[in-house]
Amino acid sequence: MQTKSPEADGPAVEAPSHAGVSAVGTPKAKADTDVVGLGRLRAIGFVAPALLLIGVFLLFPALWTLYIGATNYERSGENHVSPDFVGIDNVTKVLGDPAFYHSLWLTLLFVGLSAVLGQNGLGFALAWSLRNVSGWLRRTVETLVLLAWILPSSVVAFLWIAMLDRDGGTVNAVLNTPGLAWLVEYPLASIVIFNIWRGTAFSMMLYGAALSAVPPSHVETARLAGASNAQTLRDVVFPHIRGHILTNTLLITLWTFNDFTPFLLTAGGPGDDTEIAAVYVYKTGLLDGQLGYSGAISLLILLANVVLALVYLRMLRRRNPK
Amino acid sequence: MTTKPAAGHDEARQVARKVAARIGFYVASCLIAVFFALPLLWLISAPFDSSPGFAVGFPEFTLSNFATLANNRYAMSSLVNSILLAAGTTVFVVVGAALASYALSRVRIPGRDALLYILLLLSSVVTGTAAMVPLYLLISEIGAGVHPSLGIDSRFAVMLVMAGGLLPAAIFMLKDFIDTIPKSYEESARVFGASPLRTLKDVVAPLIAPGLATITVWSVVNVWGNFLVPFILLRDPEKQPGAVLMQTMYTEAGQPNLALLGAFSLVYSLPVVVLYLFVARRYGFRFHGGIKS
Repeated sequence: MQTKSPEADGPAVEAPSHAGVSAVGTPKAKADTDVVGLGRLRAIGFVAPALLLIGVFLLFPALWTLYIGATNYERSGENHVSPDFVGIDNVTKVLGDPAFYHSLWLTLLFVGLSAVLGQNGLGFALAWSLRNVSGWLRRTVETLVLLAWILPSSVVAFLWIAMLDRDGGTVNAVLNTPGLAWLVEYPLASIVIFNIWRGTAFSMMLYGAALSAVPPSHVETARLAGASNAQTLRDVVFPHIRGHILTNTLLITLWTFNDFTPFLLTAGGPGDDTEIAAVYVYKTGLLDGQLGYSGAISLLILLANVVLALVYLRMLRRRNPK
Repeated sequence: MTTKPAAGHDEARQVARKVAARIGFYVASCLIAVFFALPLLWLISAPFDSSPGFAVGFPEFTLSNFATLANNRYAMSSLVNSILLAAGTTVFVVVGAALASYALSRVRIPGRDALLYILLLLSSVVTGTAAMVPLYLLISEIGAGVHPSLGIDSRFAVMLVMAGGLLPAAIFMLKDFIDTIPKSYEESARVFGASPLRTLKDVVAPLIAPGLATITVWSVVNVWGNFLVPFILLRDPEKQPGAVLMQTMYTEAGQPNLALLGAFSLVYSLPVVVLYLFVARRYGFRFHGGIKS
């Protein structure tokens, strides 16, 4: 649609009445864009406070990571006073560091099991099975799952410390019945369970919304044609919500990848069995004080984040082309 | 339908399968419900138990755990800290986002869309994990170079850091709301000589009240749950919020004080649960994007 005269529907307020008020610039060009009297200069003033905060506390740290990662900066000692520029030495060192690969592997397991499979799968299963259910069952399940999501992460971590406690934890008692004692063998399972519990709600809600947009008649037709549940899902439902599946998977991957809260549950332990990347950065940088080295790890994380986010934005753009 | 030729035993088999599927569905639902319910049951029972353990069980009712909590100096001051941090950060977020999104919605600044996308990208990419080292250094340097009241152990600095992280998404959400408001309302205000700031405050703000409420709640919930930023920037236990104090409570003492921790967990959770109920009832629960990050 062409918008020759903006707000033609509004009351007859045209340029003349406020021509004198507006500061500078050509009133004619402004009439098109600036009906509310916010000059460009003032608009910049409006945006400035937010941009300042974002710039100083979000953009600048990100850029500073670049620099720190290229120095041998340490929290104390000689390299604190006069750090040397070491270029990509840190990155090379990280790439040769077995502990880094260990944490990378744990991160991939953690993200894959808890987000991609766990939250995604359980969230979809809940949304799918609840879509035709109404009344108390639906309300109960939804409320429980949402509560898990809304609680502060410190509380959730503590609840799971209680649940998984070696002597007396209720869930631990079930998981560690003889012959099923995998929680001790795989401590990573604890933070996987924890993350599924606290994060499934988002997937459930997203898929709930997505599924309500799938025309029921399509599903009905498939069922009448004799398709099984699995076939209906694969051939009718999934193609319909493919965009949502991708979006959700990417978002929860990004969040889980950057999640520091497992630290609350296990502090990376026992030993280094749950030392995911976020915890490794904390340990090398803020605990051991090797700031330059951990800056290089942050840099790699940042890079991975950028890749994930770019894929995500591309998808968003494709889905809503202007 | 009459066109389907179905033999008797086929039908019986189908019915049996349906029944089995139904039973399976309920069993699975119940298991999942139990999985989600168990920790919550502990959360509401342990605080009232006279001798709380880790196992979920029916409590021997008492309120003494809350008395223990009320007498704990750090616990009470940490709640005050949490409130301060949430309130301060939210003011920065709401005011900053309202101003910015209003201007971005109404004035065609060159490169506006690109700017918004970059902001969105930034907020999802630069998280505490990737930026915790530079953030820690930045705040230490500001404290050493500018003024100690802005450095490590400054609640004000923590507010600014958290506001910086929340603002991009807040601007994004709020701009959606403002875009739906017809400009004609503001034109009338302008005819009467109202300044843009005044128009925003008196005309636009009431119209986007649901949007402002959404980002307020969203911001409070985020700050309330944020552990990493106060954890790395606040060393003084007198200044730490509940999220950090809880972690101290269950790691520093050899044997965690379950009476205290249980009661604190419940008290610390109540505000966000109440907020959630308020939002769910008032606006429906439709948060887009990452309420938790």
